[in-house]
Amino acid sequence: MNDMRFVETRVTTNEAKFTAKDVQVYYGDNHAIKDVSIDIEDKTVTAFIGPSGCGKSTFLRCLNRMNDTIDICRVEGDILLDGEDIYDKKVDPVQLRARVGMVFQKPNPFPKSIYDNVAYGPRIHGMARTRADLDEIVEKSLRRAALWDEAKDRLNAPGTGLSGGQQQRLCIARAVATEPEVLLMDEPCSALDPIATSQVEELIADLRTRFSVVIVTHSMQQAARVSQKTAFFHLGDLVEYGDTGHIFTNPEDPRTESYITGRIG
Amino acid sequence: MTDTNASRTAPKASLLTIDSHTKRRQAAEKRFRVYGIVAIVIGMLFLAVLAVSIIRSGLPAFTKTIVEVEFTLTQDEFDAAEKQLFKTKAYAGYFNAALLTKLREQGLDVEVDAKAIERILGKTGGTIREFYRANTEQIGQPVAFKLAAASRVDGYFKGRVSRDTLQDSRFMQLSDLDLVDALYSAGIIRQVFNWTFITGADSGVDNPGGAGIGASVVGSFFMMLVVLGLSLPIGVAASIYLEEFAPQNRITDFIEVNISNLAAVPSIVYGILGLSIFIQVMHLPQSAPLVGGLVLTLMTLPRIIIPARAALKAVPPSIRDAALGVGASKVQTVFHHVLPLATPGILTGLIIGLGQALGETAPLLLIGMVGFVARGYPDGFIAGFTDPNSAMPAQIYTWAARADVGFYEKAWGGIIILLIFLLTMNILAVILRRKFERRW
Ligand SMILES: Nc1ncnc2c1ncn2[C@@H]1O[C@H](COP(=O)(O)OP(=O)(O)O)[C@@H](O)[C@H]1O
Ligand SMILES: [Mg+2]
Repeated sequence: MNDMRFVETRVTTNEAKFTAKDVQVYYGDNHAIKDVSIDIEDKTVTAFIGPSGCGKSTFLRCLNRMNDTIDICRVEGDILLDGEDIYDKKVDPVQLRARVGMVFQKPNPFPKSIYDNVAYGPRIHGMARTRADLDEIVEKSLRRAALWDEAKDRLNAPGTGLSGGQQQRLCIARAVATEPEVLLMDEPCSALDPIATSQVEELIADLRTRFSVVIVTHSMQQAARVSQKTAFFHLGDLVEYGDTGHIFTNPEDPRTESYITGRIG
Repeated sequence: MTDTNASRTAPKASLLTIDSHTKRRQAAEKRFRVYGIVAIVIGMLFLAVLAVSIIRSGLPAFTKTIVEVEFTLTQDEFDAAEKQLFKTKAYAGYFNAALLTKLREQGLDVEVDAKAIERILGKTGGTIREFYRANTEQIGQPVAFKLAAASRVDGYFKGRVSRDTLQDSRFMQLSDLDLVDALYSAGIIRQVFNWTFITGADSGVDNPGGAGIGASVVGSFFMMLVVLGLSLPIGVAASIYLEEFAPQNRITDFIEVNISNLAAVPSIVYGILGLSIFIQVMHLPQSAPLVGGLVLTLMTLPRIIIPARAALKAVPPSIRDAALGVGASKVQTVFHHVLPLATPGILTGLIIGLGQALGETAPLLLIGMVGFVARGYPDGFIAGFTDPNSAMPAQIYTWAARADVGFYEKAWGGIIILLIFLLTMNILAVILRRKFERRW
C-alpha cells in the first residue's frame, strides 16, 4: 500500500449528479443491493470498491438502466439524475443511456471499422449533419481517448484488430462521442497491461473536467490514484462512502479497513 | 506437505524412458485416432459407392439413340403420296427406300423390311408427312430427318438389352438387331445428348424415351419460390422475436418446446395436414406448386427457426451491451449489430432447410403433386403457381414406380439433376457464409 498517491484530496463541493435513495435490487430472490443511498457528484471521479459479488456492477448498471435488459432483475427505490427520476415510467432508457455512457470490463468494440465504432453513437442520435461534422466528432473523441495518433492512419481498419488496451480506449472514445454527462466504467482496466492501464487512468483524470465518472475497480491503488470519492460495498450494502483520502487513510467501518488492508475480498 | 517431500526424495525418472502410465495413454490416443480414420474411410467409401452408382445408372438418361437419314422428296413423290389411300404408308416407303440406299452405298447388305424399320423407329410415315405438309417449301430440298429410336434399341446401345436377353416379340426381334448393327456401322444410328430429358415434360407410361424432368424442375422452382418467400421472413422474424424480444416465461418456453418438436415431425404428417387444410377446407387447387410450397413452408419453418435462433444466440452478449450502452434502442441493436453477425448462420440454416424442402417427396404425394404433365411443354410454359405440376423428387418417385425398365435410368438421371441443384445450393451456402463471416 506504499505506492498510494492521492491525486487530489480536497473536500469537494460539487453538486450531486446522481442521487440514489433506498435502492434495492433483486435478481429473482437474490437481494443483490440493499438500501443503498448515495450522492454522486458532478465533475468528480467516484470509485466503487468491494469484494467480488458485492453488487458494484449491479449498482453501476442501475445508473443507466442496463439492468432493464435482465429479465429477472427488479429495481426499487429512487435514482435521480439532475433531480429527475430515471426509473419514472415516462423515461425512455435509450434517451437516458445517451446521457449516461458506459465502458465495460471486457473491451467490446463492434466488428466494424474504427471510424464506424466511434461514429455509431453520433449517427443514431443524429448529432452530425454532414460527413465533415462526423469526421470532426470522430477525431475529437479519439483524441480524448488518446487513440488518435495510433488510429488516424487506419480509421477504416477493423476495431477488433487493435490490441486490448487500444480496444478499450476505442470503447472509451465510442462512449464519449455521444457527449454523455456521466461515464460509467466497470473495471475498465482489468483486461489491460500496466502501460495501457496507466494510459486509461490518465484519460479518466482528463475526462473528469467534462464529465462525472463512476469507476468500478478491484485495484485499491487505482481507486486511490484516480478517484476523489470512494464507495465501499460489501454483500450488497454500501458500507462507507466519502473522500478517497479519508476512506483509505481513516476508514470508519472495520469491514472497510480489513478490505483495504487485504484481509477480506 | 508430506506428499511433496516424498516426491522430492523419490529417485527422479528420466524423461527418456516412458513409464507404463504414459504408454497406456499413448496407446489410447493412437487407438482413438485409428477409430476416427476408420470412421472417415467408411463414410467416404459409402459416399463413393453412392456417387458411382448414381452416375453409372443415371448418365444413360442424358443420351438418346437417333436415326439420321437425309433424303429429298420430289414434288411428284409428294403428289403421288397425297393421292393414295394410306398416305403415311407411302411416306414410310420413301423413307425406307432412302435408308436402304444409304446402307447399300456403305456396302452393307442386310435384310430390310418395312416391319423391322417400324419396330426400330416407330411409325415414321406420319412424322414425315406432317413435316412436308407444314413445310411445303422443303419439297425438292435435301432434309435430314432425325428420328428417335425405340426404347429397346436405345436399351441395346446402353447395355440394358442384349442378344441374350432379348426375346422375340411384336416389339422387337433378334434379327432386328442385325439391322441396328448395320445402321450403326453405316453411321446412320447414333447416340446424341438428350435435351428432351433436361427440358421436357413427363411422357406416357410406354414412352420412356420422351420423358423429361424439365417441367418438374419448373414445378420445383415455383414451389421453392413460395417456400423462400414465406419461410425466410416468417422464420427470421420469429427467431428474432423469440431470441431478442420475447420475455422468458411459460408461454415462450412452451413455444420453444413446440418448435423443436415440430422440426422432428415426419414430413408425411405435414402432407396430410396440407391435404386437409389447404385442399379440403380452403379449396386451393390440387397438384399446384402453391399448395406444395405452403406445405413445405410449414415443414421448413421450424428447421429454419432453430438454426437462426442458435446463430442469434451465438452473437456475444457484449455486442448487445455495447450497442445499448451508447444509447441504441433494442431494435437498432438487433438490426445494426446482432443480425449482421448472425447472418451467416441464418443463411446456412435457411439454405439447408430449403435443400431439405427441395428433396422432400412424401408430402407432395399426398397433395397430388405427382401430376402427369404432358401438355405442350415447353411451348406452353407451365408458368403458374396454381397450374398442376410435379416436382423433381415426386417425378423421380413416379418414374421409379413405372414398369417399363426405360424409366429406371430416367429416375437415376433425375436424381443426378436433383443432386446438382442441392450441391449448388450447398456451395452457395458456403460462399455466403464466407462472404458474411466476420470475426469479433
Ligand atoms: N445477470 C444476473 N443474474 C442473476 N444474478 C446476478 C446477475 N448479475 C449479478 N448477479 C448477482 O448479483 C450479485 C452482485 O453481482 P455483481 O453486481 O456482478 O457483483 P460485483 O460486480 O461487485 O462483483 C451477485 O450475487 C451475483 O450473483
Ligand atoms: Mg462486477
